[in-house]
Amino acid sequence: MTRNEIREAVMSILRDIAPDEDISDLNDEIAFREQMELDSMDFLDIVMELRRRYGVNIPEEEYTELASMAKTVNYLEPKMVDIPFEK
Amino acid sequence: MYDAIIIGAGMSGLSAGCRLAHYGQKVCILERHALVGGLNSFYRQNGRTHDVGLHAVTNYAPKGVKRGPLNRMLRQLRLTWDELGLVPQLGSRIDFPGISLRFTNNFDYFLAEVAKYFPKQVDGLRQLVDALVDYNDMGAYPTNVSAREVVSEYIKDPALLEMIFCPLMYYGSARQGDMDFNQFSIMFRSIFLEGFARPWEGVRQLLKTLLDRFRTAGGELRLRSGVKKLITDGDRNVRGVLLENGMELDCKNVLSSAGQRETLRLCSEELQDKSILEQCRPGELGFVETISVLEKQPRNLGHNDTIVFFNDAPSFDYRKPSNLCDLRSGVICSPNNFAYTRPLEDGMVRITALANYDLWNALPPDEYKREKLRWYEKITEKASQYVPDFRASVIDRDMFTPKTIYRYTGHENGAIYGAPNKNYEGTTPFKNLFICGTDQGMVGIIGAIISGITVVNRYLLRSSASAMS
Repeated sequence: MTRNEIREAVMSILRDIAPDEDISDLNDEIAFREQMELDSMDFLDIVMELRRRYGVNIPEEEYTELASMAKTVNYLEPKMVDIPFEK
Repeated sequence: MYDAIIIGAGMSGLSAGCRLAHYGQKVCILERHALVGGLNSFYRQNGRTHDVGLHAVTNYAPKGVKRGPLNRMLRQLRLTWDELGLVPQLGSRIDFPGISLRFTNNFDYFLAEVAKYFPKQVDGLRQLVDALVDYNDMGAYPTNVSAREVVSEYIKDPALLEMIFCPLMYYGSARQGDMDFNQFSIMFRSIFLEGFARPWEGVRQLLKTLLDRFRTAGGELRLRSGVKKLITDGDRNVRGVLLENGMELDCKNVLSSAGQRETLRLCSEELQDKSILEQCRPGELGFVETISVLEKQPRNLGHNDTIVFFNDAPSFDYRKPSNLCDLRSGVICSPNNFAYTRPLEDGMVRITALANYDLWNALPPDEYKREKLRWYEKITEKASQYVPDFRASVIDRDMFTPKTIYRYTGHENGAIYGAPNKNYEGTTPFKNLFICGTDQGMVGIIGAIISGITVVNRYLLRSSASAMS
Protein backbone atom coordinates (compact mmCIF):
# COMPACT_ATOMS: atom_id res chain seq x y z
CA MET A 1 0.00 0.00 0.00
CA THR A 2 1.10 3.51 -0.68
CA ARG A 3 0.91 6.22 1.96
CA ASN A 4 -2.29 7.48 0.36
CA GLU A 5 -3.82 4.02 0.37
CA ILE A 6 -2.90 3.52 4.00
CA ARG A 7 -4.56 6.83 4.78
CA GLU A 8 -7.69 5.70 2.92
CA ALA A 9 -7.67 2.39 4.82
CA VAL A 10 -7.60 4.27 8.14
CA MET A 11 -10.30 6.69 6.94
CA SER A 12 -12.51 3.74 6.10
CA ILE A 13 -12.08 2.36 9.61
CA LEU A 14 -12.87 5.76 11.13
CA ARG A 15 -16.01 6.06 8.99
CA ASP A 16 -17.16 2.65 10.19
CA ILE A 17 -16.53 3.47 13.84
CA ALA A 18 -18.26 6.85 13.66
CA PRO A 19 -20.77 6.67 10.80
CA ASP A 20 -22.54 9.84 11.93
CA GLU A 21 -19.42 11.96 11.80
CA ASP A 22 -18.28 13.92 8.76
CA ILE A 23 -14.53 13.39 8.60
CA SER A 24 -13.99 14.58 5.02
CA ASP A 25 -12.10 17.65 6.28
CA LEU A 26 -10.00 15.77 8.84
CA ASN A 27 -6.73 17.55 9.55
CA ASP A 28 -3.90 15.00 9.44
CA GLU A 29 -1.68 16.95 11.81
CA ILE A 30 -4.21 17.35 14.63
CA ALA A 31 -4.90 14.49 17.05
CA PHE A 32 -7.95 12.33 16.23
CA ARG A 33 -9.04 12.79 19.80
CA GLU A 34 -9.34 16.55 19.35
CA GLN A 35 -11.28 16.34 16.13
CA MET A 36 -13.46 13.32 16.77
CA GLU A 37 -13.57 12.85 20.51
CA LEU A 38 -12.40 9.27 20.26
CA ASP A 39 -12.03 7.54 23.59
CA SER A 40 -9.73 4.69 24.57
CA MET A 41 -12.31 2.09 23.54
CA ASP A 42 -12.41 3.61 20.06
CA PHE A 43 -8.61 3.54 19.80
CA LEU A 44 -8.67 -0.11 20.68
CA ASP A 45 -11.14 -0.54 17.84
CA ILE A 46 -8.85 1.11 15.31
CA VAL A 47 -6.14 -1.31 16.38
CA MET A 48 -8.44 -4.31 16.21
CA GLU A 49 -9.85 -3.31 12.82
CA LEU A 50 -6.31 -2.99 11.42
CA ARG A 51 -5.65 -6.51 12.57
CA ARG A 52 -8.99 -7.87 11.38
CA ARG A 53 -8.74 -6.29 7.93
CA TYR A 54 -5.02 -6.30 7.19
CA GLY A 55 -3.44 -8.63 9.73
CA VAL A 56 -1.40 -5.77 11.19
CA ASN A 57 -0.50 -6.31 14.83
CA ILE A 58 0.17 -3.30 17.01
CA PRO A 59 1.53 -3.92 20.50
CA GLU A 60 -0.24 -2.04 23.27
CA GLU A 61 2.80 0.10 24.14
CA GLU A 62 2.75 1.52 20.61
CA TYR A 63 -0.90 2.65 20.58
CA THR A 64 0.31 6.22 21.14
CA GLU A 65 1.75 6.13 17.61
CA LEU A 66 -1.84 6.39 16.38
CA ALA A 67 -2.55 9.82 17.83
CA SER A 68 -3.09 11.67 14.54
CA MET A 69 -3.51 10.64 10.92
CA ALA A 70 -0.01 11.80 9.97
CA LYS A 71 1.57 9.85 12.83
CA THR A 72 -0.57 6.81 12.05
CA VAL A 73 0.44 6.71 8.39
CA ASN A 74 4.12 7.12 9.31
CA TYR A 75 3.86 4.31 11.81
CA LEU A 76 1.91 1.95 9.55
CA GLU A 77 3.91 2.52 6.36
CA PRO A 78 6.64 -0.07 7.02
CA LYS A 79 4.05 -2.55 8.36
CA MET A 80 1.67 -2.21 5.42
CA VAL A 81 3.87 -1.50 2.44
CA ASP A 82 3.64 -5.11 1.24
CA ILE A 83 -0.11 -5.46 1.82
CA PRO A 84 -2.28 -5.04 -1.28
CA PHE A 85 -4.90 -2.31 -1.07
CA GLU A 86 -8.51 -3.43 -1.27
CA LYS A 87 -11.16 -0.82 -1.11
CA MET B 1 -15.89 -25.54 20.15
CA TYR B 2 -17.06 -21.96 20.61
CA ASP B 3 -14.72 -19.11 21.39
CA ALA B 4 -17.46 -17.73 23.58
CA ILE B 5 -20.85 -18.76 24.88
CA ILE B 6 -23.10 -16.02 26.15
CA ILE B 7 -25.90 -16.80 28.56
CA GLY B 8 -28.97 -14.67 27.93
CA ALA B 9 -30.11 -12.75 24.85
CA GLY B 10 -30.95 -9.56 26.70
CA MET B 11 -29.44 -6.20 25.84
CA SER B 12 -26.06 -6.96 27.40
CA GLY B 13 -25.75 -10.46 25.92
CA LEU B 14 -26.70 -9.27 22.45
CA SER B 15 -24.29 -6.35 22.47
CA ALA B 16 -21.48 -8.56 23.77
CA GLY B 17 -22.29 -11.02 21.00
CA CYS B 18 -22.18 -8.29 18.36
CA ARG B 19 -18.67 -7.28 19.39
CA LEU B 20 -17.30 -10.82 19.52
CA ALA B 21 -18.84 -11.87 16.22
CA HIS B 22 -17.64 -8.70 14.53
CA TYR B 23 -14.07 -9.53 15.49
CA GLY B 24 -14.34 -13.03 14.10
CA GLN B 25 -14.97 -15.06 17.22
CA LYS B 26 -17.22 -18.09 17.01
CA VAL B 27 -19.95 -17.08 19.42
CA CYS B 28 -23.27 -18.52 20.50
CA ILE B 29 -25.94 -16.82 22.60
CA LEU B 30 -28.12 -19.18 24.63
CA GLU B 31 -31.58 -17.90 25.52
CA ARG B 32 -34.00 -19.83 27.71
CA HIS B 33 -37.07 -18.25 26.20
CA ALA B 34 -38.56 -18.21 22.73
CA LEU B 35 -37.96 -14.47 22.40
CA VAL B 36 -34.92 -12.26 22.88
CA GLY B 37 -34.79 -9.29 25.24
CA GLY B 38 -34.73 -10.72 28.77
CA LEU B 39 -36.08 -8.04 31.05
CA ASN B 40 -36.41 -5.70 28.09
CA SER B 41 -38.55 -7.89 25.95
CA PHE B 42 -42.08 -7.58 24.59
CA TYR B 43 -45.18 -9.72 24.34
CA ARG B 44 -48.48 -9.86 22.48
CA GLN B 45 -51.83 -9.66 24.21
CA ASN B 46 -55.22 -9.22 22.50
CA GLY B 47 -53.62 -8.08 19.28
CA ARG B 48 -51.36 -5.48 20.85
CA THR B 49 -47.66 -5.54 21.54
CA HIS B 50 -46.53 -4.47 24.99
CA ASP B 51 -43.02 -3.78 26.17
CA VAL B 52 -42.05 -5.70 29.29
CA GLY B 53 -39.65 -3.44 31.10
CA LEU B 54 -39.27 -0.32 29.05
CA HIS B 55 -40.64 3.00 30.23
CA ALA B 56 -38.00 5.03 28.52
CA VAL B 57 -34.47 4.67 27.28
CA THR B 58 -32.24 6.77 29.53
CA ASN B 59 -28.86 8.27 28.52
CA TYR B 60 -30.46 10.18 25.65
CA ALA B 61 -28.19 12.35 23.50
CA PRO B 62 -29.43 14.33 20.49
CA LYS B 63 -27.97 13.52 17.11
CA GLY B 64 -24.54 15.08 16.70
CA VAL B 65 -23.61 15.08 20.39
CA LYS B 66 -20.39 13.12 20.50
CA ARG B 67 -20.06 12.33 24.17
CA GLY B 68 -21.67 9.95 26.59
CA PRO B 69 -22.72 6.33 26.74
CA LEU B 70 -25.19 6.51 23.84
CA ASN B 71 -22.43 7.58 21.49
CA ARG B 72 -20.00 5.07 22.87
CA MET B 73 -22.54 2.37 22.20
CA LEU B 74 -23.19 3.56 18.64
CA ARG B 75 -19.50 3.54 17.81
CA GLN B 76 -18.77 0.23 19.42
CA LEU B 77 -21.64 -1.45 17.58
CA ARG B 78 -21.12 0.51 14.33
CA LEU B 79 -24.64 1.87 14.44
CA THR B 80 -25.93 5.21 13.27
CA TRP B 81 -27.98 7.42 15.54
CA ASP B 82 -30.96 7.08 13.20
CA GLU B 83 -30.98 3.29 13.46
CA LEU B 84 -32.11 3.52 17.10
CA GLY B 85 -35.06 5.72 16.25
CA LEU B 86 -34.92 7.46 19.63
CA VAL B 87 -37.51 10.19 20.20
CA PRO B 88 -37.02 12.49 23.21
CA GLN B 89 -39.52 12.87 26.05
CA LEU B 90 -41.98 15.73 26.35
CA GLY B 91 -41.24 16.35 30.03
CA SER B 92 -41.46 14.56 33.35
CA ARG B 93 -41.98 15.45 36.97
CA ILE B 94 -41.26 14.40 40.52
CA ASP B 95 -44.36 14.92 42.62
CA PHE B 96 -44.04 15.11 46.41
CA PRO B 97 -46.52 16.66 48.87
CA GLY B 98 -46.75 20.36 48.04
CA ILE B 99 -43.84 20.36 45.56
CA SER B 100 -43.68 19.28 41.97
CA LEU B 101 -40.31 19.48 40.20
CA ARG B 102 -40.43 19.25 36.43
CA PHE B 103 -37.52 18.07 34.33
CA THR B 104 -36.75 17.60 30.66
CA ASN B 105 -33.71 16.44 28.72
CA ASN B 106 -32.23 19.88 29.32
CA PHE B 107 -30.60 20.04 32.77
CA ASP B 108 -30.88 23.83 32.95
CA TYR B 109 -34.64 23.41 33.04
CA PHE B 110 -34.34 21.23 36.15
CA LEU B 111 -31.91 23.72 37.75
CA ALA B 112 -34.49 26.48 37.22
CA GLU B 113 -37.18 24.32 38.81
CA VAL B 114 -34.95 23.63 41.81
CA ALA B 115 -34.24 27.36 42.03
CA LYS B 116 -37.99 28.01 42.33
CA TYR B 117 -38.57 25.76 45.34
CA PHE B 118 -35.09 25.39 46.80
CA PRO B 119 -33.17 28.57 45.87
CA LYS B 120 -30.45 27.91 48.45
CA GLN B 121 -29.70 24.46 47.05
CA VAL B 122 -28.87 25.39 43.46
CA ASP B 123 -25.14 25.91 44.06
CA GLY B 124 -24.95 22.64 45.95
CA LEU B 125 -26.69 20.85 43.11
CA ARG B 126 -24.18 22.25 40.63
CA GLN B 127 -21.31 21.11 42.84
CA LEU B 128 -22.87 17.69 43.14
CA VAL B 129 -22.89 17.42 39.36
CA ASP B 130 -19.15 18.19 39.31
CA ALA B 131 -18.53 15.53 41.95
CA LEU B 132 -20.36 12.71 40.17
CA VAL B 133 -18.28 9.67 39.30
CA ASP B 134 -17.50 9.54 35.61
CA TYR B 135 -18.76 6.58 33.59
CA ASN B 136 -15.16 5.57 32.95
CA ASP B 137 -14.36 5.44 36.65
CA MET B 138 -17.16 3.14 37.64
CA GLY B 139 -16.37 1.54 40.92
CA ALA B 140 -14.19 4.52 41.90
CA TYR B 141 -16.06 4.73 45.20
CA PRO B 142 -16.10 1.63 47.38
CA THR B 143 -19.50 0.00 46.98
CA ASN B 144 -20.21 0.46 50.68
CA VAL B 145 -20.09 4.25 50.45
CA SER B 146 -23.59 5.58 51.03
CA ALA B 147 -24.84 7.88 48.29
CA ARG B 148 -27.15 9.53 50.81
CA GLU B 149 -24.14 10.52 52.90
CA VAL B 150 -22.17 11.84 49.95
CA VAL B 151 -25.10 13.69 48.42
CA SER B 152 -26.16 15.26 51.73
CA GLU B 153 -22.82 17.09 51.75
CA TYR B 154 -24.08 19.01 48.71
CA ILE B 155 -27.85 19.01 49.12
CA LYS B 156 -28.70 20.31 52.57
CA ASP B 157 -32.48 20.33 52.25
CA PRO B 158 -33.76 16.81 52.97
CA ALA B 159 -36.92 17.41 50.92
CA LEU B 160 -34.90 18.02 47.76
CA LEU B 161 -32.59 15.12 48.55
CA GLU B 162 -35.56 12.76 48.71
CA MET B 163 -36.97 14.12 45.48
CA ILE B 164 -33.69 13.62 43.64
CA PHE B 165 -33.30 10.07 44.93
CA CYS B 166 -36.84 9.03 44.00
CA PRO B 167 -36.48 8.68 40.21
CA LEU B 168 -32.90 7.43 40.45
CA MET B 169 -33.86 4.64 42.82
CA TYR B 170 -36.97 3.67 40.93
CA TYR B 171 -35.06 3.42 37.68
CA GLY B 172 -32.05 1.58 38.90
CA SER B 173 -31.37 0.97 42.57
CA ALA B 174 -30.89 -2.63 43.57
CA ARG B 175 -30.34 -1.55 47.14
CA GLN B 176 -33.02 -0.66 49.69
CA GLY B 177 -33.14 2.81 51.17
CA ASP B 178 -29.86 3.94 49.66
CA MET B 179 -27.57 3.51 46.67
CA ASP B 180 -23.85 3.18 46.31
CA PHE B 181 -22.40 6.44 45.02
CA ASN B 182 -21.23 4.92 41.74
CA GLN B 183 -24.78 3.80 41.04
CA PHE B 184 -26.13 7.17 42.08
CA SER B 185 -23.74 8.89 39.67
CA ILE B 186 -24.68 6.66 36.76
CA MET B 187 -28.37 7.14 37.38
CA PHE B 188 -28.10 10.89 37.92
CA ARG B 189 -26.23 11.31 34.66
CA SER B 190 -28.49 9.03 32.70
CA ILE B 191 -31.72 10.66 33.89
CA PHE B 192 -31.04 14.31 34.75
CA LEU B 193 -28.02 15.16 32.61
CA GLU B 194 -28.89 13.03 29.59
CA GLY B 195 -32.57 12.13 29.76
CA PHE B 196 -35.41 10.02 28.42
CA ALA B 197 -36.28 8.88 24.92
CA ARG B 198 -38.16 6.05 23.30
CA PRO B 199 -38.33 4.52 19.83
CA TRP B 200 -41.81 4.69 18.28
CA GLU B 201 -41.90 0.92 18.08
CA GLY B 202 -40.65 0.50 21.62
CA VAL B 203 -38.08 -2.03 22.68
CA ARG B 204 -38.62 -4.20 19.57
CA GLN B 205 -36.85 -1.62 17.46
CA LEU B 206 -33.71 -1.80 19.57
CA LEU B 207 -33.76 -5.58 19.79
CA LYS B 208 -34.23 -5.90 16.04
CA THR B 209 -31.25 -3.61 15.43
CA LEU B 210 -28.99 -5.56 17.78
CA LEU B 211 -30.12 -8.93 16.49
CA ASP B 212 -29.56 -7.90 12.85
CA ARG B 213 -26.09 -6.70 13.73
CA PHE B 214 -25.32 -9.94 15.57
CA ARG B 215 -26.53 -12.20 12.78
CA THR B 216 -24.87 -10.19 10.00
CA ALA B 217 -21.58 -10.51 11.86
CA GLY B 218 -21.97 -14.28 11.90
CA GLY B 219 -23.21 -14.85 15.45
CA GLU B 220 -25.40 -17.81 16.39
CA LEU B 221 -28.48 -17.53 18.58
CA ARG B 222 -30.18 -20.53 20.17
CA LEU B 223 -33.62 -19.85 21.58
CA ARG B 224 -35.38 -22.18 24.04
CA SER B 225 -31.93 -23.20 25.25
CA GLY B 226 -31.81 -22.82 29.00
CA VAL B 227 -28.50 -23.58 30.69
CA LYS B 228 -28.67 -26.27 33.33
CA LYS B 229 -25.08 -26.30 34.40
CA LEU B 230 -21.66 -24.88 33.66
CA ILE B 231 -19.19 -27.70 33.21
CA THR B 232 -16.06 -26.90 35.17
CA ASP B 233 -12.78 -28.67 35.67
CA GLY B 234 -10.86 -28.80 38.93
CA ASP B 235 -8.82 -25.76 37.98
CA ARG B 236 -11.51 -23.08 38.29
CA ASN B 237 -11.99 -23.20 34.59
CA VAL B 238 -15.26 -23.54 32.69
CA ARG B 239 -14.97 -25.84 29.71
CA GLY B 240 -18.54 -25.90 28.49
CA VAL B 241 -22.22 -25.73 29.27
CA LEU B 242 -24.87 -28.37 29.71
CA LEU B 243 -28.24 -27.34 28.35
CA GLU B 244 -31.54 -28.30 29.90
CA ASN B 245 -32.26 -30.42 26.84
CA GLY B 246 -29.18 -32.53 27.65
CA MET B 247 -26.93 -31.10 24.94
CA GLU B 248 -23.35 -30.20 25.82
CA LEU B 249 -21.48 -27.31 24.20
CA ASP B 250 -17.73 -26.73 24.55
CA CYS B 251 -16.28 -23.26 24.76
CA LYS B 252 -13.22 -21.24 25.67
CA ASN B 253 -15.05 -18.47 27.55
CA VAL B 254 -18.45 -17.93 29.10
CA LEU B 255 -20.10 -14.56 29.55
CA SER B 256 -23.24 -14.64 31.64
CA SER B 257 -25.99 -12.09 31.98
CA ALA B 258 -28.01 -14.38 34.25
CA GLY B 259 -26.95 -12.50 37.38
CA GLN B 260 -23.87 -12.95 39.57
CA ARG B 261 -25.39 -15.28 42.11
CA GLU B 262 -27.56 -17.09 39.58
CA THR B 263 -24.48 -17.74 37.42
CA LEU B 264 -22.33 -19.03 40.27
CA ARG B 265 -25.15 -21.34 41.24
CA LEU B 266 -24.88 -22.96 37.84
CA CYS B 267 -21.44 -24.15 38.90
CA SER B 268 -21.94 -24.10 42.65
CA GLU B 269 -20.87 -27.68 43.37
CA GLU B 270 -17.39 -26.69 42.27
CA LEU B 271 -17.39 -23.85 44.76
CA GLN B 272 -16.01 -25.44 47.89
CA ASP B 273 -15.80 -22.00 49.34
CA LYS B 274 -19.48 -21.37 50.09
CA SER B 275 -18.67 -17.89 51.31
CA ILE B 276 -18.36 -16.72 47.71
CA LEU B 277 -22.02 -17.44 47.14
CA GLU B 278 -22.97 -15.94 50.47
CA GLN B 279 -21.23 -12.70 49.62
CA CYS B 280 -23.49 -12.28 46.62
CA ARG B 281 -26.75 -11.57 48.32
CA PRO B 282 -29.76 -11.59 46.04
CA GLY B 283 -31.71 -8.42 45.36
CA GLU B 284 -34.85 -7.85 47.41
CA LEU B 285 -36.62 -5.23 45.39
CA GLY B 286 -39.56 -6.40 43.39
CA PHE B 287 -42.07 -4.38 41.40
CA VAL B 288 -45.51 -4.69 39.95
CA GLU B 289 -46.53 -2.92 36.83
CA THR B 290 -50.02 -2.17 35.59
CA ILE B 291 -50.58 -1.61 31.90
CA SER B 292 -53.74 0.20 30.84
CA VAL B 293 -54.66 0.53 27.19
CA LEU B 294 -56.80 3.61 26.58
CA GLU B 295 -59.28 4.30 23.84
CA LYS B 296 -57.77 7.74 23.38
CA GLN B 297 -54.37 9.41 23.56
CA PRO B 298 -53.48 10.49 27.11
CA ARG B 299 -53.09 14.09 25.95
CA ASN B 300 -56.81 14.08 25.07
CA LEU B 301 -57.40 13.50 28.77
CA GLY B 302 -55.11 16.39 29.61
CA HIS B 303 -52.15 14.18 30.45
CA ASN B 304 -48.96 15.35 28.76
CA ASP B 305 -46.24 14.17 31.12
CA THR B 306 -43.88 11.47 29.96
CA ILE B 307 -43.11 10.10 33.40
CA VAL B 308 -44.39 11.08 36.83
CA PHE B 309 -42.56 9.89 39.94
CA PHE B 310 -44.89 10.32 42.88
CA ASN B 311 -44.51 9.91 46.59
CA ASP B 312 -47.21 10.83 49.09
CA ALA B 313 -44.98 11.62 52.09
CA PRO B 314 -42.07 14.03 52.61
CA SER B 315 -39.59 11.17 52.79
CA PHE B 316 -39.28 8.40 50.26
CA ASP B 317 -39.20 4.83 51.51
CA TYR B 318 -37.64 2.63 48.86
CA ARG B 319 -37.71 -0.88 50.25
CA LYS B 320 -39.39 -4.25 50.05
CA PRO B 321 -42.96 -3.65 51.25
CA SER B 322 -44.60 -5.68 54.01
CA ASN B 323 -47.73 -5.89 51.87
CA LEU B 324 -48.13 -7.26 48.35
CA CYS B 325 -47.55 -3.72 47.06
CA ASP B 326 -46.62 -0.35 48.48
CA LEU B 327 -49.05 2.34 47.35
CA ARG B 328 -47.19 5.26 48.87
CA SER B 329 -45.06 5.86 45.81
CA GLY B 330 -44.91 4.88 42.17
CA VAL B 331 -43.99 5.75 38.62
CA ILE B 332 -46.59 6.65 36.01
CA CYS B 333 -45.37 6.43 32.45
CA SER B 334 -47.16 7.19 29.25
CA PRO B 335 -45.29 5.81 26.21
CA ASN B 336 -47.43 8.18 24.11
CA ASN B 337 -45.86 11.27 25.58
CA PHE B 338 -42.68 11.43 23.54
CA ALA B 339 -42.14 13.88 20.67
CA TYR B 340 -43.11 11.45 17.89
CA THR B 341 -43.97 12.68 14.41
CA ARG B 342 -47.01 10.36 14.37
CA PRO B 343 -48.93 9.22 17.45
CA LEU B 344 -48.83 5.66 18.79
CA GLU B 345 -51.85 3.61 17.80
CA ASP B 346 -53.20 3.16 21.33
CA GLY B 347 -53.21 5.31 24.38
CA MET B 348 -51.22 3.71 27.16
CA VAL B 349 -50.49 4.28 30.83
CA ARG B 350 -48.07 2.09 32.75
CA ILE B 351 -47.63 2.32 36.51
CA THR B 352 -44.82 0.79 38.54
CA ALA B 353 -45.02 0.24 42.29
CA LEU B 354 -42.81 -1.56 44.81
CA ALA B 355 -43.90 -5.12 45.55
CA ASN B 356 -43.00 -8.09 47.70
CA TYR B 357 -41.89 -11.18 45.77
CA ASP B 358 -42.35 -13.65 48.63
CA LEU B 359 -45.96 -12.65 49.20
CA TRP B 360 -46.89 -12.74 45.52
CA ASN B 361 -45.08 -16.02 45.05
CA ALA B 362 -46.88 -17.67 47.98
CA LEU B 363 -50.37 -17.00 46.60
CA PRO B 364 -52.31 -19.97 45.21
CA PRO B 365 -53.21 -19.48 41.49
CA ASP B 366 -56.81 -18.30 42.04
CA GLU B 367 -55.87 -15.85 44.70
CA TYR B 368 -52.92 -14.63 42.65
CA LYS B 369 -55.34 -13.66 39.88
CA ARG B 370 -57.74 -12.01 42.32
CA GLU B 371 -54.97 -10.02 43.98
CA LYS B 372 -53.73 -8.84 40.61
CA LEU B 373 -57.17 -7.43 39.84
CA ARG B 374 -57.50 -5.92 43.30
CA TRP B 375 -54.12 -4.19 43.18
CA TYR B 376 -54.64 -3.04 39.62
CA GLU B 377 -57.68 -1.14 40.92
CA LYS B 378 -55.85 0.27 43.92
CA ILE B 379 -52.80 1.36 41.94
CA THR B 380 -54.72 3.06 39.13
CA GLU B 381 -56.93 4.78 41.70
CA LYS B 382 -53.88 6.08 43.51
CA ALA B 383 -52.30 7.26 40.26
CA SER B 384 -55.42 9.27 39.50
CA GLN B 385 -54.37 11.65 42.26
CA TYR B 386 -51.29 12.54 40.22
CA VAL B 387 -52.45 12.41 36.58
CA PRO B 388 -55.90 12.99 35.03
CA ASP B 389 -58.18 10.05 35.81
CA PHE B 390 -57.94 7.73 32.81
CA ARG B 391 -59.88 4.79 34.25
CA ALA B 392 -63.08 5.37 32.27
CA SER B 393 -61.09 5.16 29.00
CA VAL B 394 -59.46 1.79 29.66
CA ILE B 395 -60.16 -0.79 26.94
CA ASP B 396 -57.60 -3.42 27.90
CA ARG B 397 -55.26 -4.05 30.76
CA ASP B 398 -52.56 -6.28 32.10
CA MET B 399 -50.35 -6.46 35.13
CA PHE B 400 -47.14 -8.17 35.98
CA THR B 401 -45.69 -8.99 39.37
CA PRO B 402 -42.27 -9.94 40.74
CA LYS B 403 -43.29 -13.53 40.07
CA THR B 404 -43.66 -12.74 36.38
CA ILE B 405 -40.23 -11.10 36.35
CA TYR B 406 -38.66 -14.11 38.00
CA ARG B 407 -40.20 -16.39 35.41
CA TYR B 408 -38.83 -14.39 32.51
CA THR B 409 -35.46 -13.22 33.79
CA GLY B 410 -34.49 -15.86 36.33
CA HIS B 411 -33.40 -13.08 38.71
CA GLU B 412 -33.97 -14.28 42.26
CA ASN B 413 -36.88 -12.52 43.99
CA GLY B 414 -37.85 -11.04 40.64
CA ALA B 415 -35.28 -8.35 41.41
CA ILE B 416 -35.24 -6.29 38.23
CA TYR B 417 -32.09 -4.44 39.22
CA GLY B 418 -30.30 -7.53 40.42
CA ALA B 419 -27.99 -7.87 43.40
CA PRO B 420 -27.41 -5.01 45.85
CA ASN B 421 -23.62 -5.26 45.55
CA LYS B 422 -22.41 -4.74 42.02
CA ASN B 423 -19.47 -6.53 40.49
CA TYR B 424 -17.95 -3.70 38.46
CA GLU B 425 -14.98 -5.86 37.47
CA GLY B 426 -17.21 -8.50 35.92
CA THR B 427 -14.89 -11.32 36.98
CA THR B 428 -15.71 -14.50 38.93
CA PRO B 429 -13.70 -17.13 40.81
CA PHE B 430 -13.52 -18.93 37.45
CA LYS B 431 -10.79 -17.66 35.13
CA ASN B 432 -12.83 -17.74 31.95
CA LEU B 433 -16.29 -16.93 33.32
CA PHE B 434 -17.43 -13.31 33.27
CA ILE B 435 -20.53 -11.39 34.32
CA CYS B 436 -22.29 -8.74 32.30
CA GLY B 437 -25.64 -7.01 32.56
CA THR B 438 -27.34 -5.58 35.60
CA ASP B 439 -25.10 -7.28 38.18
CA GLN B 440 -22.01 -5.76 36.57
CA GLY B 441 -23.41 -2.42 37.65
CA MET B 442 -24.85 -0.70 34.60
CA VAL B 443 -28.60 -0.32 34.42
CA GLY B 444 -31.05 0.87 31.85
CA ILE B 445 -31.04 -0.20 28.24
CA ILE B 446 -27.99 1.75 27.14
CA GLY B 447 -26.28 0.79 30.39
CA ALA B 448 -26.89 -2.89 29.80
CA ILE B 449 -25.57 -2.61 26.25
CA ILE B 450 -22.46 -0.79 27.48
CA SER B 451 -21.96 -3.48 30.11
CA GLY B 452 -21.83 -6.20 27.46
CA ILE B 453 -19.41 -4.14 25.39
CA THR B 454 -17.16 -3.23 28.33
CA VAL B 455 -16.75 -6.72 29.71
CA VAL B 456 -16.09 -8.19 26.27
CA ASN B 457 -13.51 -5.50 25.45
CA ARG B 458 -11.78 -5.94 28.77
CA TYR B 459 -11.49 -9.72 28.88
CA LEU B 460 -12.43 -11.39 25.63
CA LEU B 461 -11.10 -9.03 22.97
CA ARG B 462 -8.12 -7.39 24.58
CA SER B 463 -6.60 -10.67 25.74
CA SER B 464 -6.92 -12.18 22.29
CA ALA B 465 -5.41 -8.99 20.85
CA SER B 466 -2.25 -9.29 22.94
CA ALA B 467 -2.07 -13.05 22.50
CA MET B 468 -1.92 -12.59 18.76
CA SER B 469 0.51 -9.72 18.67
